[in-house]
Amino acid sequence: MARTALPGRLTWQAATVTAVRQETPSARTLVLDVPGWPGHLPGQHLDLRLTAEDGYSAQRSYSIASDWPGDGPVEITIQRLEDGEVSPYLTDVVETGDKIELRGPIGGWFVWRPAQPAPVLLVAGGSGVVPLMSMIRERGRLRARQPFRVIYSVRTPEDACFADELKRRVRDDAGLDVHFVYTRSAPDGWPAPPKRIDVATINSHGWPPDFAPDVFVCGPTSFVETVADILVALGHDPKKIRTERFGGK
Amino acid sequence: MGIISRGFGGRRRDSAPDLPPGQYLTHDFPVLSAGPTPRIPLDRWSFTITTEAGQKHTWDWARFTALPSEEITRDIHCVTKWSKLGTTWKGVSLDTLFADVETAADYVMAHSKGGYTTNVPLEDLLDGQAWIAYEFDGEPLDPEHGGPARLLIPHLYFWKSAKWVNGLEMMHEDEPGFWEAAGYHMYGDPWHEQRYQGD
Repeated sequence: MARTALPGRLTWQAATVTAVRQETPSARTLVLDVPGWPGHLPGQHLDLRLTAEDGYSAQRSYSIASDWPGDGPVEITIQRLEDGEVSPYLTDVVETGDKIELRGPIGGWFVWRPAQPAPVLLVAGGSGVVPLMSMIRERGRLRARQPFRVIYSVRTPEDACFADELKRRVRDDAGLDVHFVYTRSAPDGWPAPPKRIDVATINSHGWPPDFAPDVFVCGPTSFVETVADILVALGHDPKKIRTERFGGK
Repeated sequence: MGIISRGFGGRRRDSAPDLPPGQYLTHDFPVLSAGPTPRIPLDRWSFTITTEAGQKHTWDWARFTALPSEEITRDIHCVTKWSKLGTTWKGVSLDTLFADVETAADYVMAHSKGGYTTNVPLEDLLDGQAWIAYEFDGEPLDPEHGGPARLLIPHLYFWKSAKWVNGLEMMHEDEPGFWEAAGYHMYGDPWHEQRYQGD
């Protein structure tokens, strides 16, 4: 299963689950030891393959949640889809010590490159926060100077992944701002009733178009369509808006 | 065969006949795009084939939709693993669009509004294999799915079926487009699982 030396070739290899972390009632992080992992950029994903005893197999792509300091584990955070074939296995069945096949990293577009000096706006819908979390962690590790603003839409406070970590990072990092949008129920004392993300949210908590930020939007298709349309209408350059969508319409 | 995943049974196998390797069946229509969805007014739409000699063949919306069209029913396969069976489209065959184009080049770069590109061998566009599609399921094609018109090359992974296509450029040498330059396969045959470079 060793990776071949062929450059640019993605080979399947066995990773070992070294820890699992429950992020929300329906989302879990798998901490993976991947021998020889070549490293990844924040925003990239990997392909994962499960194989049943009779040889039937299923593949899916998952965003990487961790940054890459040069070694250490690779973390993916999985949202359980109730009618899913693979995600319920990863959130409910997999245990520490299990082996999982994967290959990656994949994707060179939905990637934050710290050498880019522009301010950064991250807009997440639900589990779309996962690849953006990799960017936030990379920023923290590098002590990057580009300021980050994050808008994170969740149904309820219980659905927010990484909530404690985000709170800690905001407290310790003057260049990081995180604004939550609650669509079904807000925490006690929250100043606004639950609502969907709208022009006012993005106008108040994003960057002005004049700042020419690098914008990353990830979430369900309808969420990403809405946010990208608002950003374009506010005057952001469509070429600066990178999107990743999941689910049908 | 890969490593057995302890306790994994797989739930979809009965409902997934005859799919390319690594694909699963979906009944909805996922949207994959690298950026915002452009809205292109029909009176500003055009489509141009540019030969290696620089000769241009251009259609506006009225001329394009006046061309003979075809009903197309095909399975489609996205590199992100979903497949959708029996999708129905209406569009103009590339055979029709290339009828008066003189070219000796073997490769094509498709260009889209917004800057997206993807490369395809010319032989994969001809002989009833590819269309410029402008209806899906009997309705005008949604902007999110590439409307007003998109390339449709169902025998290749669906990133080759460029949304919002506005031109084809003939090339003597094969060159990578947008995703191909980011590590995806130059050709993209789902039946040979050519997802990434080296597959």
